[in-house]
Amino acid sequence: MISSNFLAVFYLISGVLFILALRGLSSPETSRQGNLFGIIGMAIAIGVTILSVGNFSTGFLYLIILLLLGGSIGAFIAFKIPMTAMPELVAGFHSLVGLAAVFVAISAFLNPEVFNLGFPGEIKIASLIEMSLGAAIGAVTFTGSIIAFLKLRGLMSGSPITFVGQHYLNLALGLILLSLIFYLCKTQIDNLFWTIIIISFLLGVLLIIPIGGADMPVVISMLNSYSGWAAAGIGFTLENTALIITGALVGSSGAILSYIMCKGMNRSFFNVILGGWGATDQLSSSKTKEQKPVKSGNADDAAFLMKNASSVIIVPGYGMAVAQAQHALREMVDALKKNGVKVTYAIHPVAGRMPGHMNVLLAEANVPYDEVFELEEINNDFANCDVAYVIGANDVTNPVAKTDPQSPIYGMPILDVEKSKSVLFVKRSLSPGYAGIDNDLFYRDNTLMLFSDAKKMTEDIIKSL
Amino acid sequence: MDIDPFIFRFSIFILSIFIGYYVVWSVTPSLHTPLMSVTNAISSVIIVGAIIAALADKSENVFDTANIFGFLAIILAAVNIFGGFLVTQRMLAMYKKKKKDK
Repeated sequence: MISSNFLAVFYLISGVLFILALRGLSSPETSRQGNLFGIIGMAIAIGVTILSVGNFSTGFLYLIILLLLGGSIGAFIAFKIPMTAMPELVAGFHSLVGLAAVFVAISAFLNPEVFNLGFPGEIKIASLIEMSLGAAIGAVTFTGSIIAFLKLRGLMSGSPITFVGQHYLNLALGLILLSLIFYLCKTQIDNLFWTIIIISFLLGVLLIIPIGGADMPVVISMLNSYSGWAAAGIGFTLENTALIITGALVGSSGAILSYIMCKGMNRSFFNVILGGWGATDQLSSSKTKEQKPVKSGNADDAAFLMKNASSVIIVPGYGMAVAQAQHALREMVDALKKNGVKVTYAIHPVAGRMPGHMNVLLAEANVPYDEVFELEEINNDFANCDVAYVIGANDVTNPVAKTDPQSPIYGMPILDVEKSKSVLFVKRSLSPGYAGIDNDLFYRDNTLMLFSDAKKMTEDIIKSL
Repeated sequence: MDIDPFIFRFSIFILSIFIGYYVVWSVTPSLHTPLMSVTNAISSVIIVGAIIAALADKSENVFDTANIFGFLAIILAAVNIFGGFLVTQRMLAMYKKKKKDK
């Protein structure tokens, strides 16, 4: 048995180690050490908690078995998962945190003495508010992440599901939740608590279904944030500093990422959450595009252009991830470098399906991270670059974002691909991107369309180099 | 007059949000994916609540419903802790600098 003061000090140490874990991510060199801090922090928190309970009977045995069981499942997933599947993995993990928060809250509600929260039917009001908030946010995180997972995995259509009065329904459910929590505090009736959880599960589904596939980076970040707030809510209930600190860190981290993603699309947070983008305008754009002439080429043309260039900028997008083209891409770049071509990579903040998605894929293909640049760092270089090789990206290069105030993506920061001397677009067809808008770049004189699968085209280019 | 302990915890909470704010802004954008997986792993520290809930035996019967929910939460959090930290480790190991070939 450890005294509760002693315990609190250890939880504080865990919290500090978690802060250092995030701090380490400010550069790739310190990041690995940061992760180690995180692991130590977690080990301390779990260790002292077990000691403080001081119950080494049958339950302890089960604890160890379940810890190992869950741990091996987690480890198995972590080693097996392909890097292209990171977005759905993270969504899946968020759902687990959400559900765990719900379970802990239920447990505390059923057995409040254990946590010094009072007795069943006479739980302290503050604790009751905290645990119902924790449970509600956890439940929203759980079902919301499941929907995000299904969409990312392609098990559910990525297009927004909308119906009349959707937002009013969500608003109504939110208000019902608040009043239920109020009555729960007044009456302490069990069924109110269960109703809160069930409505929250429903709300999680309703909140995520209207959001389209291209907005997934925001959704994932937002759910990341929710899982943090749920943990903080439970932390208040259990009066646990480690949980409160961690919940606040994770909550603000997710919120910042959501903000960065929204800014990358020049859309307000509410605009994304209210959803429905990408369902319109598809028809109008498909009508006009047939009439305009397009220059298309083959791998040999592309190889010739790039071989004779002095600098090439690669612009990867979600299509590269889908085609698993990152390894072929790096081989192509190696071949170009042998020919004395200077090659760099330009990454748009919302490229891919989650923040930093492209960076991880390029790192996996052994691309050194100091050749990979963010939008602000590299955007001026396009004017001096001979060839821009756009592989699987579309909307993030569309100049209409600067020129047409009517366009849904107007104002979105774009990579100035159009300024480079020639543009190579690897794309399967002329179809518009997720935003459903035609890309003017396809029809420019200095653009050469390479109609093919991203991986196959890149491999063909390597052959002709 | 005594200050409610809730206020202390609330202060910790608010200050931690500020720490989170500044620390996360200093994370380099290329590491945003590992940031998400590691925040996921650390938010599973909720397991401490699960452990307390699971191991508490207030009465003679070994497992009541509250214990069982605790054990379920332990499995979920354990998947997350191991999965989250290991996948972060795996990703971070891939970030390499340019070799000195020039």
